[in-house]
Amino acid sequence: MAEVILNAVSKSFGSQVALEDLSMTVPDGSFVVLLGPTGAGKTTVLRMVSGLDRPDKGSISIGGRAMAGVTPAQRDVTMVFQQYSLYPHLTVRENMAFPLKSPLLRTPKAEIARKVAEVAEILQISHKLDNKATALSGGEMQRVSIGRALVRNPAVYLMDEPLSSLDAKLRADLRVELKSIQANSGATLLYVTHDQIEAMTMATHVGVLDHGRLVQFGTPREIYEQPVSIYAASRLGQPRINILPADIFGPAPHGAVNIGLRPEQIRQGEGQESLVKRVEHLGDQTRLHLSFKTHDLITVTDAHTSLRAGDIVKIQPHKPFYFGADGARIA
Amino acid sequence: MAQIIIKNMRKEFGAFTAVQSSSFTIEDGEFFMLLGPSGCGKTTTLRMIAGLELPTSGEIYINGEEVSQKPASQRDIAFVFQMFALYPHMNVRKNISYPLISQGMPRDQVRAKVAEVAGILGIEALLDRPVGGLSGGDRQRVALGRAIVRDPACFLMDEPLGALDAEFREHMSEELRALHDRMKATTVYVTHDQLEAMQMGDKIVVMNHGVVEQFGRPQQIYDWPATTFVANFIGSPAMNMLRFDGMVGIGSQSVQLGEATFAIPEMVSGANGALVLGVRPENVYLDDAAPYRGRIIAVEYLGTTQIITLDTAHGVIKARIASDLVVRVGDATGLRFDARSITIFEGASGRALLSQANQKVLTHG
Repeated sequence: MAEVILNAVSKSFGSQVALEDLSMTVPDGSFVVLLGPTGAGKTTVLRMVSGLDRPDKGSISIGGRAMAGVTPAQRDVTMVFQQYSLYPHLTVRENMAFPLKSPLLRTPKAEIARKVAEVAEILQISHKLDNKATALSGGEMQRVSIGRALVRNPAVYLMDEPLSSLDAKLRADLRVELKSIQANSGATLLYVTHDQIEAMTMATHVGVLDHGRLVQFGTPREIYEQPVSIYAASRLGQPRINILPADIFGPAPHGAVNIGLRPEQIRQGEGQESLVKRVEHLGDQTRLHLSFKTHDLITVTDAHTSLRAGDIVKIQPHKPFYFGADGARIA
Repeated sequence: MAQIIIKNMRKEFGAFTAVQSSSFTIEDGEFFMLLGPSGCGKTTTLRMIAGLELPTSGEIYINGEEVSQKPASQRDIAFVFQMFALYPHMNVRKNISYPLISQGMPRDQVRAKVAEVAGILGIEALLDRPVGGLSGGDRQRVALGRAIVRDPACFLMDEPLGALDAEFREHMSEELRALHDRMKATTVYVTHDQLEAMQMGDKIVVMNHGVVEQFGRPQQIYDWPATTFVANFIGSPAMNMLRFDGMVGIGSQSVQLGEATFAIPEMVSGANGALVLGVRPENVYLDDAAPYRGRIIAVEYLGTTQIITLDTAHGVIKARIASDLVVRVGDATGLRFDARSITIFEGASGRALLSQANQKVLTHG
């Protein structure tokens, strides 16, 4: 359990700038998810905190202790990679127990057994404990590698897309489990993902990265409801926020170039006419693909709507976002 | 253009039955999804339609012609695989024109056809590029181009977006569906992703262990699952399943779960013993006055909505509610269900019992 502070960290790989003057505080006991497309610098942040890479400029501290010159092994962090790496000659049980068997820890045998059983139960791999690690499916191997991190009690857990190789159902289960493990243990967790559902459902704080810069840091709700820019607004929300010319529905605030409309910011049945191009029934909701004054937009309506392609539906903005020429939010 | 009729089709590999006797019809111009977990027989089914596997028994009609024992080359179909197989030493134009040249089409016709297809897919600028340097999406467009260029009667696709990352996948699935809406060619598409199936499909076949569990329109399958497997596989989160011992008879309009009584659609069939009450998360409401109680154990914010997980006397229940409602982990609350949306399943077989609400969907044939 510890606070992690990154202070004005920059890192380049050759001519490629990976992080630029990035400052961020991961509060003690928080679950911070870094969100951004490939190349935004998410994994680089993890590697800096773990000590696998060193900053060119700036400093990092964990639990108040400066990390300059501290090796990964001395940092009391544990990292789960996207690509699992297990000991192939050991069983699942031995793989999971391995970190606890370190002579430094002197964990009693009974305690190791209890801890392994508990974590295996959470990750739904209890029945595989005596299998060789190589006799598992990819999803099971990834669960073992998460398990190997969870049996320990480090200052900070670092996870790099740990769920991306799992199937949808298991991912949904493990989202809830990881979240409750973190909440109950008070562990500090820094987590990297592409998946906005993971970010929204698990994070206490989301850090939005854009080309190595931290552009917004806040609760998932803050980022969804009060985004600072088109870029930040586009990270969360399915279907994605609609970005249209600012004055398309009428007068816009001074300096506004774009209007941003999430589905719940579009009132249906009043306002101006749009054409339904396609109706997608997703079960719990229905997506409407609309055509409005040569622009396409997507919104959501009742699951059992009678609307069909070719119908006309009236739409009107409701508390929309406005963005300026540089994409920053102005209203 | 093609209608495809599958009749009692079955496939065995030695002692293993990959596909149990299956029957369904794919109408001309439909975007048809074969959906199920890995090992359910969906790819085998597709390969039999393609002629890459021959069924052990049963019939396959493409436009009225029985083709089940004909090889792939004699069926007018194009196959798009999960791993786009392109000729690495050829440029984009040669990759797309290859099927036409090997058919002996004159050069100028090939040029015109390739230009047309490149226009449809928006890859005109790439035609003279080697395929080696292309992005995943462009490679997939080229693979599609090679399938489209022959104007086949139908397209068969085996998880064509499986290898792409989530954001790009969403984009490509919209592109594929728009392409289909322009070309109107019958498309049979294999996926394990229920959202992809709901989003893109006109109709869905849900398979499990080689058995067709259900066949119908996406919303119908979602609302009125034929089995607990379908109820669980379609929808995220899955349908809530409350197991209980009890009885329902013809004309029953409620069920008793311990102390609690729940209104249900009027039943037209009955069962006694182990039963399951199925209700979708968006049809569960938090209502402090309701007698059925739950304790909130997790809250997942999703922007427009939030998913609330509750512990109740008959198991864990998830509710999808508006995100502006303030709820806290640890709170106790009452739960109410939308009676019109409930399905009762037989516990042992997992089959849905017929009611006034679901019988039209489940008995359409």
